[in-house]
Amino acid sequence: MDSALNTGDTAWMLTAAAMVLLMIPGLAFFYGGMVRSKSVLNMLMMVMGALFIVGVLWVLFGYSMTFGTSIGGVIGDPTEFFGLESLMADDPESTLPIMAFVAFQGMFACLTVGLIAGAIPDRTKFNGWLVFGGIWAVLVYFPVAHWVWASGGWIFEMGVIDFAGGTAVHINAGAAALALAIVIGKRAGWPKTPMRPHNLTLVMIGAGLLWFGWFGFNAGSALAANNTSAVVFLNTFAATCAAAIGWLIVEKVRDGHMTTLGAASGIVAGLVAITPACSAVSPVGALIVGVLAGVVCALAVSLKYRFGYDDSLDVVGVHLVGGLLGTLLIGFLATDLAPAGVNGLLYGGGAEQLGKQAVGAFSVMAYSFVVALIIGLILKAAGIMRISRDDELSGIDLAEHAESAYELGDSGGGGHFVGVGAGSVRRDREEI
Amino acid sequence: MKLVTAIIKPFKLEDVKNALEAIGVKGMTVSESSGFGRQGGHTEVYRGAEYTVDLVPKVRVEVLIDSDRLDEVLDAITTAAQTGKIGDGKVWVTSVEEVIRVRTGERGIDAL
Repeated sequence: MDSALNTGDTAWMLTAAAMVLLMIPGLAFFYGGMVRSKSVLNMLMMVMGALFIVGVLWVLFGYSMTFGTSIGGVIGDPTEFFGLESLMADDPESTLPIMAFVAFQGMFACLTVGLIAGAIPDRTKFNGWLVFGGIWAVLVYFPVAHWVWASGGWIFEMGVIDFAGGTAVHINAGAAALALAIVIGKRAGWPKTPMRPHNLTLVMIGAGLLWFGWFGFNAGSALAANNTSAVVFLNTFAATCAAAIGWLIVEKVRDGHMTTLGAASGIVAGLVAITPACSAVSPVGALIVGVLAGVVCALAVSLKYRFGYDDSLDVVGVHLVGGLLGTLLIGFLATDLAPAGVNGLLYGGGAEQLGKQAVGAFSVMAYSFVVALIIGLILKAAGIMRISRDDELSGIDLAEHAESAYELGDSGGGGHFVGVGAGSVRRDREEI
Repeated sequence: MKLVTAIIKPFKLEDVKNALEAIGVKGMTVSESSGFGRQGGHTEVYRGAEYTVDLVPKVRVEVLIDSDRLDEVLDAITTAAQTGKIGDGKVWVTSVEEVIRVRTGERGIDAL
């Protein structure tokens, strides 16, 4: 039987999907190292928990809501590919098995929800977070990804360039993070109490895994192993190096030292900013996007102290600001020599593309912020959003998960085996 | 018998340990500790946010000795731990009523 299947494309897309999955534990480590040692397990679990919940939703109806036949440019038909059963058959006309695309895009949904968790560590009920993540994915991520990437989606049809997720992923998650940080409120003691990152080596491991996985994220968004994916790959590399330098220069000038956390943060800021633009700019354009992202995000992370919202790990300062920057810079730095084939303002293309980029970016930002705020307020009113102050002070790992991350001594904590199953533990406590 | 407790700079541990071994002290207990005295802490910066860290890392050395040897031991520790700069630490002496070697049950000076 003749088949149009391109094995190179298929192999690359399956690999790229797995690379995007690796970004999720990478993000968990990146965030986990930045929190205090009493909260690291909860941080890991928030990011991984988003993966579990959104992964299930994606298979059931999320893919269909995102890439099903568009209903008015706003949402895909959720019943069309419900459960994905209809997508299993081999399509001899297709160069890429549709399931490879479904899997690849599913990882994006999971990662985007996970990003939000960085705004609200140390203090959020785990079940409340899972409920929020599921509802936000359904009401915000699936529709917005449809707007931006699906044929028929209104932002896509308008001609906005978002190659791999500046709007759909980073602005989207960053705006939701801002809303949730406001709804849930500050950590006890913030900003007076020192909340130093407990393990910067973990942060750098996470940043490294994110960078590696991001090549799948960006270059995989070409949906083929071709020239576009290679150009995007190189631009992703270029912007990230430049962004780390940009962030470190700000630190050197302002604080006197170039820090490890600054380098890791600069890496992520550069990756965020180049994500929408990686198909639209030249390698030098990518360097400019990167260095601007490093400088601007390094300054933007201080905004929370001025405005008094505890976006604990700077999801707003890095993802919202970096996403906006990358999305808008396309309007200036796009060159028709790049795969996207559009000229921005600085390449004689006029302001038209910039206008489209701004409409796309700010629409997603406003929608995500408002809906996240409403979901958050409802869950807060239902009492499942925030742990008690005592639990927060003694540590969320113990309160929410009954675990501690680091057991470095040999004394076993001075306890004894109680029994199997939570019930026996409760009974034992009652006897005391 | 006396318990000599010395709070010293961590990088001086090796010198202090060697000095005590050289005068025949047969054992010690060492723990990582932190605190503050006249030596100030330092400042750390995370994403532009400055924190003062007041507690300075130190090493706490504890040695049980025969009272006769007290001056000799104190000299050895102070000489070895001294840099002349602020933050060299403190040494103090406590009287000890009884010492028992767990393995043999020996008591007093025999247990040192």
